[in-house]
Amino acid sequence: MRQHVSESTKAKDTHSTTVPAEVVNLREVSVDYDGVIALESVNLSVQENDFFGIIGPNGGGKSTLLKVILGLVSPQQGEVAVWGQPPLKSPRRVGYVPQHNSFDRDFPITVWNVVLMGRLSRAHMFRAYDRHDRENALEALRTVGMTDLRKRPIGSLSGGQQQRAFIARALVRDPSLLLLDEPMANVDSGTQEELYELLSELSHRMAIMMVSHDLSAISVYVDKIACLNRRLYYHGSKEIPAEDIEAAYGCPIELLAHGMPHRVLRRHD
Amino acid sequence: MLSILSYDFMQNALAAGILAGIACGVVGTYVVVKRMVFISGGVSHATFGGIGLAYLLGFNPMLGALLFAVAAALGMGVITRKTKLSEDTGIGVLWATGMALGVIFVGLASGYAPDLFSYLFGNILTVQRGELLMMLVLDGVIIATVLAFYKELLAVCFDEEFARVEGIPTARLQMVLLALIALTIVTVIRVVGIVLVIALLTIPPAIARQYTKSLSSMMRLAVAVSVSLSVCGIALSYLLNIASGATIILLSSAALLTVLLTRRVRAGRAAKNTG
Repeated sequence: MRQHVSESTKAKDTHSTTVPAEVVNLREVSVDYDGVIALESVNLSVQENDFFGIIGPNGGGKSTLLKVILGLVSPQQGEVAVWGQPPLKSPRRVGYVPQHNSFDRDFPITVWNVVLMGRLSRAHMFRAYDRHDRENALEALRTVGMTDLRKRPIGSLSGGQQQRAFIARALVRDPSLLLLDEPMANVDSGTQEELYELLSELSHRMAIMMVSHDLSAISVYVDKIACLNRRLYYHGSKEIPAEDIEAAYGCPIELLAHGMPHRVLRRHD
Repeated sequence: MLSILSYDFMQNALAAGILAGIACGVVGTYVVVKRMVFISGGVSHATFGGIGLAYLLGFNPMLGALLFAVAAALGMGVITRKTKLSEDTGIGVLWATGMALGVIFVGLASGYAPDLFSYLFGNILTVQRGELLMMLVLDGVIIATVLAFYKELLAVCFDEEFARVEGIPTARLQMVLLALIALTIVTVIRVVGIVLVIALLTIPPAIARQYTKSLSSMMRLAVAVSVSLSVCGIALSYLLNIASGATIILLSSAALLTVLLTRRVRAGRAAKNTG
């Protein structure tokens, strides 16, 4: 296991000096749920170290797209490859941060136990968490700056803190791809900026893909943006033509998201 | 007061109350946090079919109940997964079908079924040694299963999708959970009866939820609360000469109400002090 990890990091290093390796490749992917089309002929390529933002209206297939990459939904048509393999056979880990409303705020569980959940695996069944699991969980909490809050029930935290806890859970296994479903929902704008700082830092270590219905929630930190409304509109850069957004949302939208002045200045090193 | 403990039936009753309380505290915690109260009600009522069948064919009603409870719980899991029936519709159908089967079977059985009422509403004072042994075994199975799958069941209850992404067999674990509910219901039937099972399954964990912040501590407290309520309820029903099952439930409801009211008053006071 250890050896496998170091090998894959080495592979990543050699790749990054030449051409960035492709993490996700979707070719002509279509998904429908009992005749209701969720995705239609979607083509997408995500490279390692990409920070990819996908915007689109509610019901536009954003969550489905992530689930296709995770292997939770299998498309009726098209090919999906994660690190060159079918999703569930991906040779490297994929971290997943589900939508915040996918869990019950009243659930009696501490941050610590949520993060430890990231260590679950089929091979680990019938075994209690060991020292190695706990060290990994602590490390992930450190990365997101949540070690102090680890004994708190998850439901007692603010939206931003909860999001950090869920990101920590996804980081526990050192993923090389991180998928986030509406990470900025339920998070106030000041905290959004902090979360972006965190994600931006993480994007040096892994590819990140986030989806959002909120145009203003995709910030300058994201380096590629696509629009999704059943079909995916993407032109290989951060600039999206207004027509794409209109096509995706089905109505003209004032472009205030991209290049929107940020109150907190981005740090330069 | 203590002299009543020398009676065999009273010892059996208390043992049954304790065994039922343990199962209820552990499994009831899952029922409450995963909101499976209605499905528990459905499984519990469906067991009436098994009790009726046992009357008709002349075997122990508890075995009939066990058979139907497990079949109903697992059948529920399969139906909601494989068909387009919504879960609550499926539960409603199961609930009524089980009861209807029971009524037909009991009608077909020759003669009068004297203790049928005790299966519906519980009569802890007629518990037999053999039934206690069965409850003990069921408790053992429940506790062993929860210990074996604790972290996986926690993940399935809290965030099933994430558990699936991590490669956990969530569909099978859901079935395990349903089976645990079925076993618990069988354990509790003799104590409060199939109609009142949901109360003992939900009230102690609901009380425990108010004072705990993790699933394991909630479970432990729920076991303590549920065992105490059963034992106190049995004692009270003996002293007042009223039905034991109903007494346990009314005592439990009163306890929950008291807990909620005191929590409210305290929260109100705390708000006043800080504000």
